[in-house]
Amino acid sequence: MTVRRADSAAPAQVTAAQPGGMRAQRRAAAFWLHLALIPLALLFLAPLWLMLVFSTHPETAIFSPNPPLWFGGAFVENFRGLQADTNFLRTLANSVVIATLYTLLSMLLTSMGGYAFSKYAFPGRNLLFGLILATLTIPTFVTIIPQFILVARDLGLSNTYWAVVLPTLANTIGIFYMRQAFQTVPNDLLNAARIDGANEWRIFWQIALPIVRPALAALAILLFLASWNDYLWPLIVLTQKDSYTMPVALGTLVGLTRVSWGGIMVGTAIATIPFLILFLALQRLFVAGIAGGAVKD
Amino acid sequence: MTTVPAPRRSRRRVPSAPYLFILPYLLIFATFWAWPIVSSFLMSFRDSRLGATAPFGFANWSRLVGDEFFLTALRNTLLILVLQVPIMLTLATALAVALNSRLLKLRGLFRFAFFAPLVVGTVAYSAVFRLLFNSDFGMVNRGLTGLGLGPVDWLNQPGPAMAVIILAMTWRWTGYNAIILLAGLQGISEEVYEAAAIDGATPWQQFWKITLPLLRPTLLFCVVLSIIGTLQLFTEPALITNSGPGNATMTLGTYLYQQGFRSFNFGYASAIAYTVAALAAIFSAIQLRLFGRES
Repeated sequence: MTVRRADSAAPAQVTAAQPGGMRAQRRAAAFWLHLALIPLALLFLAPLWLMLVFSTHPETAIFSPNPPLWFGGAFVENFRGLQADTNFLRTLANSVVIATLYTLLSMLLTSMGGYAFSKYAFPGRNLLFGLILATLTIPTFVTIIPQFILVARDLGLSNTYWAVVLPTLANTIGIFYMRQAFQTVPNDLLNAARIDGANEWRIFWQIALPIVRPALAALAILLFLASWNDYLWPLIVLTQKDSYTMPVALGTLVGLTRVSWGGIMVGTAIATIPFLILFLALQRLFVAGIAGGAVKD
Repeated sequence: MTTVPAPRRSRRRVPSAPYLFILPYLLIFATFWAWPIVSSFLMSFRDSRLGATAPFGFANWSRLVGDEFFLTALRNTLLILVLQVPIMLTLATALAVALNSRLLKLRGLFRFAFFAPLVVGTVAYSAVFRLLFNSDFGMVNRGLTGLGLGPVDWLNQPGPAMAVIILAMTWRWTGYNAIILLAGLQGISEEVYEAAAIDGATPWQQFWKITLPLLRPTLLFCVVLSIIGTLQLFTEPALITNSGPGNATMTLGTYLYQQGFRSFNFGYASAIAYTVAALAAIFSAIQLRLFGRES
């Protein structure tokens, strides 16, 4: 095999050189591939489609013998119901503030840390990095109770933005991800800046950070999404209705039977649509971010 | 194209700089992550309801062994693990191979279909699945009836309720794993396949003899990640099935929540948390031992 590798042709040429039977075989394979994937793709899209459709219908239509498959006109009505049930706009604002705060702070902390681990040799570096890596496989459940005691009792932060943001900032995968990203920054460049008299912070902030901007953007999307969708931790530290994030508010509705499903679907649609659009536009960044290192969910 | 060898590590001008860069992260890490790991362990040996001065002992741990609710939660979690992770990863591998295939048209559209669920939050999709699998009015039962099959009482029977949880998790996480596997696939040199094709290997043989062995480290990563994730399963059983019917879909996650944040029995909840951690460690170690030798 290794002998032949040297003279193996480019993919297109291999195809052209194939005998007719082979080409027919490929066409058959392509046919079966699509035949299998199209229904599966539709199955994967169905829950999203129904979520969008149901958000525009009253509950009576959703539960009717012939449930709707196309949009109706009850979106505004459903939204009003949802707003009345949960003060939805308030929880939306809470979610935006918390996810933004978390994303910005987490990006700053993990890029500073990742930069130090990647670009400096200093006593204790391997030990510290090893310690951080070692905690990577420890489930978040292990920390959740002491975190709660710390945040709710000792720091008295219950129902504040900081209660949600602070503990989640200890993002071990983020620091690993940023360390990898900074490996691509040439040391020569940083040393040149040093010779020109720039201080270490300026080198980080004005030279190294702009170079890793694509990685940072991918990380930002995943951090924002993780915070936006987080449920368990906000559920634990947010106990007042007006401090709820959107997932917590929606979660309180799902368990009840009285509340309209149309309203719940409006909430889930509003929580999801911006990211579906973002995903369509920035698929590459999403994929790069996930492939580059999964962010704590 | 410089010929002067670059210094391997940039020289430090200010020795304190790296520490200052790390300090903010480290403070958060130590306070909200490292210390809680230790604290939780210590707590699992105390009866937290007696206060901070409670003596150390194994009461929480021995209670676990005889607690039928805990054993049910453990059994349910392991059942989901054993069923869902292989289903999901088989599907994810097949999808990654399909999405990577040069035979596939409209690749972007297919990727969107399979990757879109990963932007949906657990609460949002739990709500959607709860609605779709509603026994009386759900779309799934309408579909089954339309096909001439009887409706299933999805959320009120143990087996079907478990099936809904597994389906929901598979829907949400398959694309995520497929992305990681796709990245792994793209790391395999095209030349290896061409050489094999010239040697007369069928696509099926190529998959088993080339793709799977070379993909093993990536698969291993997915397995370990999925195991840790599944062991912490919370939102789906909490919102889709309310841990029911009875306790048929109660997981370690929902039981820990109940003990820790409903009964405020922190010591006992910590023992449950450390059981999860121990299981995660054991499963990861087994995986690495069995499949990770060459990676």
